[in-house]
Amino acid sequence: MSMDVLTMILATAVTAGTPILYAALGEVLCERVGVLNLGVEGMMLVGAVTGFMVGVGTANPWLGLLAATLAGGAMALIHAFLTVSLKANQVVSGLALTLFGTGFSGYLGKSMIGTPLPNPFKDVHLPVLSDLPFVGPVLFQHDMLVLASYVLAPALWFLLFHTRAGLNLRAVGENPAAADSLGVNVFLTRYIYVIAGGMLAGIGGAYLSLAYVPTWMENMVAGRGWIAVALVIFATWNPLNALIGSYIFGGVHALGFRLQALEVTVSPYFLKMLPYILTIVVLIIVTRNNKVRRIGAPQALGLPYDREER
Amino acid sequence: MRKWYSKAVLLVAVMFMTAALLAGCGGGEEPSADNSDKIKVGFVYIGSPGDAGWTYAHDQARKALEEALPYVETEVVENVADADAERVLTQLAQNGNDVIFSTSFGFMDPTINVAKKFPDVVFLHCSGYKTADNVGTYFGRMYQARYLTGIIAGMATESDLIGYVAAFPIPEVIRGINAFTLGVRSVNPDAQVKVVWTNTWFDPAAEKEAANALLDAGADVIAQHQDTPGPQQAAQERGKLSIGYNSDMSKLAPKAVMTSAVWNWAPYYIETVKAVKEGTWESSSYWGSMAEGIVGLAPYGPMVTDEMKAAVEEAKEKIVSGEWDVFTGPIKDQNGELRVAEGETMSDKDMLSMDWFVEGVQGNIEQ
Repeated sequence: MSMDVLTMILATAVTAGTPILYAALGEVLCERVGVLNLGVEGMMLVGAVTGFMVGVGTANPWLGLLAATLAGGAMALIHAFLTVSLKANQVVSGLALTLFGTGFSGYLGKSMIGTPLPNPFKDVHLPVLSDLPFVGPVLFQHDMLVLASYVLAPALWFLLFHTRAGLNLRAVGENPAAADSLGVNVFLTRYIYVIAGGMLAGIGGAYLSLAYVPTWMENMVAGRGWIAVALVIFATWNPLNALIGSYIFGGVHALGFRLQALEVTVSPYFLKMLPYILTIVVLIIVTRNNKVRRIGAPQALGLPYDREER
Repeated sequence: MRKWYSKAVLLVAVMFMTAALLAGCGGGEEPSADNSDKIKVGFVYIGSPGDAGWTYAHDQARKALEEALPYVETEVVENVADADAERVLTQLAQNGNDVIFSTSFGFMDPTINVAKKFPDVVFLHCSGYKTADNVGTYFGRMYQARYLTGIIAGMATESDLIGYVAAFPIPEVIRGINAFTLGVRSVNPDAQVKVVWTNTWFDPAAEKEAANALLDAGADVIAQHQDTPGPQQAAQERGKLSIGYNSDMSKLAPKAVMTSAVWNWAPYYIETVKAVKEGTWESSSYWGSMAEGIVGLAPYGPMVTDEMKAAVEEAKEKIVSGEWDVFTGPIKDQNGELRVAEGETMSDKDMLSMDWFVEGVQGNIEQ
């Protein structure tokens, strides 16, 4: 495999992984406060369609991105209301939101299909960094959303593990009763991070419709929301691992096409199941070993918190 | 105390969303009072006419049918999953439709089942192979249009490598790739067509990625057999050329799309409904050709030269007049083995079960 081909595969892994990365970072936040969000796929779709509509209407991709962020956040607000305030089953609420988002985005986008986007996000050229050999084309010849994700993932990691706010949010996900007794507002914390998670899912969807494809097609997220949910487990609920994991998950997709073009025969079905096999392997390691268990799922994940049932 | 309450609220919320979802899927048009002079025609779509592809082409033909025959009234159900087809078909028959077009391969068995219960209704199933006394099938020889687009691609390529983004290795897709390649090599014997399978009909991002892989491998024209214009957009972004499919794809990639191989079901729909009205309709397996206008080319982009147009016109005349067809020998396969002898033409049966690539295709069918 020549250097050029390797560079291209890695560069594609980064762009193909970015929508999954945004959604997965959102899901990490959400699950870290103890709320499972299976509505990611729906939130991405609603984000993709609203982002695209505003992007077409205003000819400004940044306004489109803003709209997608708000739309994803609004979907997540429904999820937070149902699961945090009403203590509804998180799985049911999440699945309902995915179904809702799929239909609703199709309905909203009906008139937008086949419309070209006047100003998609374009690749930017950074001084020095973009010109580096190998590293430049792989990491730094992309659009602003890809570049922003390089900052976002470490920032969220820092927030989670090195700040007071991060300690509080993890405490809410591990043991909400203890956090509550220490004066942390469990409900508010959960609301904030569930909504933030939905916003990131919206951005992930908008990346597809405003930068990657860029167009609107019904159901264009095509399962990437579910991959993001699997990725969170693969990443052991750590934003930095999610960064690497998303490129592996995205790269596997891109790799299949490149190998075909090079006439290397690997079954595409094998490549497609690879991310899920990796997830299962990580899950087994995480749950088998007690020492590693601590980096595993938040203890209160999926459990509604009721002050009166303490 | 609060538990039943929260469950009830959740239930209501879910019901609300489901209702919104169903509303989003869109329903049919209002059935109106029976009128003996009228003939009612039902359509079942797998997608929505907004897909800019397969269903859009069927819906355009439905509109043309309504316009051409003033006594026709149509009823449409969109976004029908295979599992729902039987229910939807039954409902259309109960609503008093005299003719029902079921426009997806997956509706084949449901169509046959429902047709048994409604012997007076004429059913027409697109792209399938099962017929009955009141069920006919219809499809078009898209490979003829593919051959013509191949001529344009073969003349346009400078790298002599053309990329082809393809969905699944089934005879319909393989036939298209082979016809396209024969067209390419009729004008440019050195050119090769490289195939990448996406294993999906519908994923614009993945289709675009597959096209990028082909462009990176040196292709400078991208053709496709998918349901979205993702490959066209990849070509446009990289300043390369492309050939669309299903419907005119020039709107999304005006700088890249030279032409598209398109479906035009209108002539068939009009003829069939007329025949039913006049009582002359009989069940058959219709595989329409370019002469009947069921397949063709979308308007050319500005980059198509007069020379290319003349070459297409010449081949088109031979095909339309019936003097010659695409799969006429000598045709060799990928391994150089002679598959169709000189002067022979492949039978429809062989074409419909094609599972090998012609010489000049780079790619694997068994994966």
